[in-house]
Amino acid sequence: MKATAARRWTGALRSPLGITAAVLLAAVVLLAVVAPLIWSGRADAVQSAEILQGPSSAHPVGTDLLGRDILARVLVATRLSVGLALLATAIGVTAGLLLGTANVLLGRWIGRWVGTLINIAVAFPSLLLALFFAVIFGVGAKGAVLAIGFATAPGFARLTQTMAATVSGRDFIAAARVAGIGRMRILVRHVLPNIAEPLIVSATMAAGSALLAFASLSFLGLGVQAPSYDWGRLLGEGLAQIYVHPAGALAAGVAVVLAAMAFNLSGEAVARAIGLRSAQTGRRTEHTYEPPPADPEPDGPDQPLLAVENLHVTFPAAGGPVTPVRGVSLSVRRGEAIGIVGESGSGKSLTALAIAQLIEHPGRVRAERLEFLGTDLREKADHRRLLGTSLSMVFQDPMTSLNPTQRVGRQLAEVVREHQGADRRTAWRRAVDRLAAVRIPSAERRAKQLPHEFSGGMRQRAMIGMGVMANPQLIIADEPTTALDVTVQRQVLQLIANIRAAERVGLLFISHDVTVVGQVCERVLVMYAGRIVEDLPTDALLHDARHPYTRALVAAVPDMTTDRNAPLAVIPGRPPDPHDLPAGCPYAPRCLLATDRCRREDPALTTYAIGRRVACWHADQAPAAIPDNRTTVPDDDKTDDPIAAPLGGERP
Amino acid sequence: MKVATVTDGPWARFGMRRAGRLVLSVWVLVTAAFLMIHVLPGDPVRAALGPTAPLSLIEQRREALGFNDPLWLQYLNYLRKLLTGDMGVSMTSGLPVQEVISARLGSTIQMALLAFALAVVVSVPLGLLMAVLARDSRRRGGDWALTSAGVVVATIPEFLMAVGLVFVFSVQLGWFPVAGRSGPDSYVLPVLALAIGPAFMLARIVRVELLAVLQTDYIRTARAKRLRAGAIYLRHALPNALTATLTLGGLLLGSLVAGTVLIENIFAWPGLGGTIVQSILAKDYPTVQGVVLVYGIGVLLINLVVDVALAVLDPRSAIRES
Ligand code: SF4
Repeated sequence: MKATAARRWTGALRSPLGITAAVLLAAVVLLAVVAPLIWSGRADAVQSAEILQGPSSAHPVGTDLLGRDILARVLVATRLSVGLALLATAIGVTAGLLLGTANVLLGRWIGRWVGTLINIAVAFPSLLLALFFAVIFGVGAKGAVLAIGFATAPGFARLTQTMAATVSGRDFIAAARVAGIGRMRILVRHVLPNIAEPLIVSATMAAGSALLAFASLSFLGLGVQAPSYDWGRLLGEGLAQIYVHPAGALAAGVAVVLAAMAFNLSGEAVARAIGLRSAQTGRRTEHTYEPPPADPEPDGPDQPLLAVENLHVTFPAAGGPVTPVRGVSLSVRRGEAIGIVGESGSGKSLTALAIAQLIEHPGRVRAERLEFLGTDLREKADHRRLLGTSLSMVFQDPMTSLNPTQRVGRQLAEVVREHQGADRRTAWRRAVDRLAAVRIPSAERRAKQLPHEFSGGMRQRAMIGMGVMANPQLIIADEPTTALDVTVQRQVLQLIANIRAAERVGLLFISHDVTVVGQVCERVLVMYAGRIVEDLPTDALLHDARHPYTRALVAAVPDMTTDRNAPLAVIPGRPPDPHDLPAGCPYAPRCLLATDRCRREDPALTTYAIGRRVACWHADQAPAAIPDNRTTVPDDDKTDDPIAAPLGGERP
Repeated sequence: MKVATVTDGPWARFGMRRAGRLVLSVWVLVTAAFLMIHVLPGDPVRAALGPTAPLSLIEQRREALGFNDPLWLQYLNYLRKLLTGDMGVSMTSGLPVQEVISARLGSTIQMALLAFALAVVVSVPLGLLMAVLARDSRRRGGDWALTSAGVVVATIPEFLMAVGLVFVFSVQLGWFPVAGRSGPDSYVLPVLALAIGPAFMLARIVRVELLAVLQTDYIRTARAKRLRAGAIYLRHALPNALTATLTLGGLLLGSLVAGTVLIENIFAWPGLGGTIVQSILAKDYPTVQGVVLVYGIGVLLINLVVDVALAVLDPRSAIRES
């Protein structure tokens, strides 16, 4: 623990930022120690013959009103300026720590009152607080130290409080309390060590601010008094002479900025080094990809709406690029509904985004064929209009997928205004009409509301309404029902089915839920680790799936006797990390049928019957070979089919 | 956003909460201003009149100021007078404090508002530009340069910025007067000195917030609608980024008020900043008390305006809070 902490702190030194900060800070500290020893004489030597002289070899930045060497004075002032700032910071940090941990130290009740006071105090800028305290503690160096210290305290207290609150909530603190360990001990032994790093970082930055604040007070004449001098005072004296002799003010100013920056950058560098903790995990191996032999699409009589061949999506990553989608081929015909199922991380959503041309930099999409309505989407041309009117997306989370600051109607209307040049009124009428079409009651009124005034189900329907603002030929729905409860889910599925039937649009339906996909789609593509591992008609899903993964997915569906709200049964094991794919079949570590061959060679997706493809070496093994503890399947029960059931019909 | 919703439950609760917080804060502020004088070590009257003042004069002044009454009575008198707008009499000039303040408050407000407006007007497009550059892989360098410049500029405190500006534009170029308030050109340097730091700081916030908003699901929805990039940035991303910008902008406006104290002293600006420093140095406590109150209330009002604006822009934040 100690060793890794030390490594992280020294790690801060390895960045350019860290080096700059360390060099600056070392210089400041060194000057503070040695400058008064070396240059005091020069700095205080009054030479009436050399008043207010410009730079010369004897005086590199000239002399002041009494003929004293300015450079020497600025260097000598380092000790007082930095020392007083550090003293003020120490006071502020101590006071802040005490105030911020008041609820641990003094109990909840007093802690709350202290908290309220802190909240009021942090509302005031610290310079105003410093002025206020300067009145109380009096003009002069001592008063200014106390004033700046106390002005720093509230901000620090707030920070401590917030962080201590998160730590105090943790189990080990509760355990310590139950064990009857004293408050002070809990604080010192358990709370403070856990928040020490961020506190040290902000204390470092606070020292920078204290330095500036001290310079301000001295500059105003409220801090260090003559004949002592710090940078603020030198700055004030220099400003009076700025016309005759600007070097005085500038030299002091530069010193203040550099010193303040030394502290701020140090804090920043350490903060980054600490924050980077998670980025330095493990090595990454690059997976070399071999394209599977192109598999001929089952040919149909009419031209597909969407044709995708050998689609890849690649992202750059720390240890080399990762490819979460690795060679997906599929096609959707007019009026056809295709489902893609898989666990999260299988690449199904990325496949959808890639098809819709919504993968953003730095992601890259490659494909041998990517055609929508006969247009090659891989070409660099502007497909905005085509995609904007003919392809629509329905996204997963209706809570976050609508713009929270815009009226729902306007968000719908935008689609036709943008692509069909409709005027404001026409677009609005169309939006209200679409909202009504997706069964949003009093659509006219609702259209004027913001998304947060809608229920989750209504938002999802509004989202679908947005999808049918123009005249889509293909709807890509990415987990459109996941965030909804069962009744609303059924209504939304019904709505999608209705739209599909009425407009003969194609549907690409993405879900982790085999049951839902089975209810909506005619054909199911099962994805695993970025590839399609099985392609089969929905009827075959239950009893004739060939891939062990598909069977496991089906087996994981709860049957009619289990509570629908209970967490889904899961397939043991986890999907492979796309950073580090195993050799051979990616499902092998979780597969009950895995053999040596599976672990050596990656099976390709091959057609074994008309309209059936599978990627498994042992696809011919009887389904019975797979342990299956299920008896009933929800899909068998036709009355549970939301499409067959009347909308809003009563269901258990 | 609609007027009708203001009377609804969450809004009423938000209003009550916010008003309660304001009243509590003002009370703490007033009490602190009162106590400020009374927790002073030593006798403020003696301090104000100087060590050579005769005892009889000190006693006379103490009596006149009510310093011989018990503390609670002084407190009640102080509150009562404040409510009638009476802030006491300046120990140095003998003028009522409220007159001193009202004569100088205007020019401070003027400077602070001008600087804030400038900071906002500059920072939003600048932040937008930085975000657009950051999103464009080929022009990352531009974003990097602007961001680093912003970090450096934002660490330079306003009074050093002022010294630098005076050196370049008054001493070297002679374009603007070095001090005082006269024609429009006398506004340029003080307002610039106050605004430059906050402008860069705000621009950084706008940039960070925009980049965060651009990652959200509703921006993906907007992109799925195939809107033009301009519409996505301006219509969908910017309004959502501005709520957070406003919160931090409010804090910035508060510290900008504090910055005026220094700037006014550098430029000999006839505002409250000069008054407070002079009266602290002259130990003119009634004036200090009054000016501290005015600054404090100013900051509290700014916070109030920010909170209300935030609630109107993003009703969820207000409702979530209550
Ligand atoms: S190839 Fe082997 S490991 Fe992979 S799914 Fe088939 S049986 Fe299991």
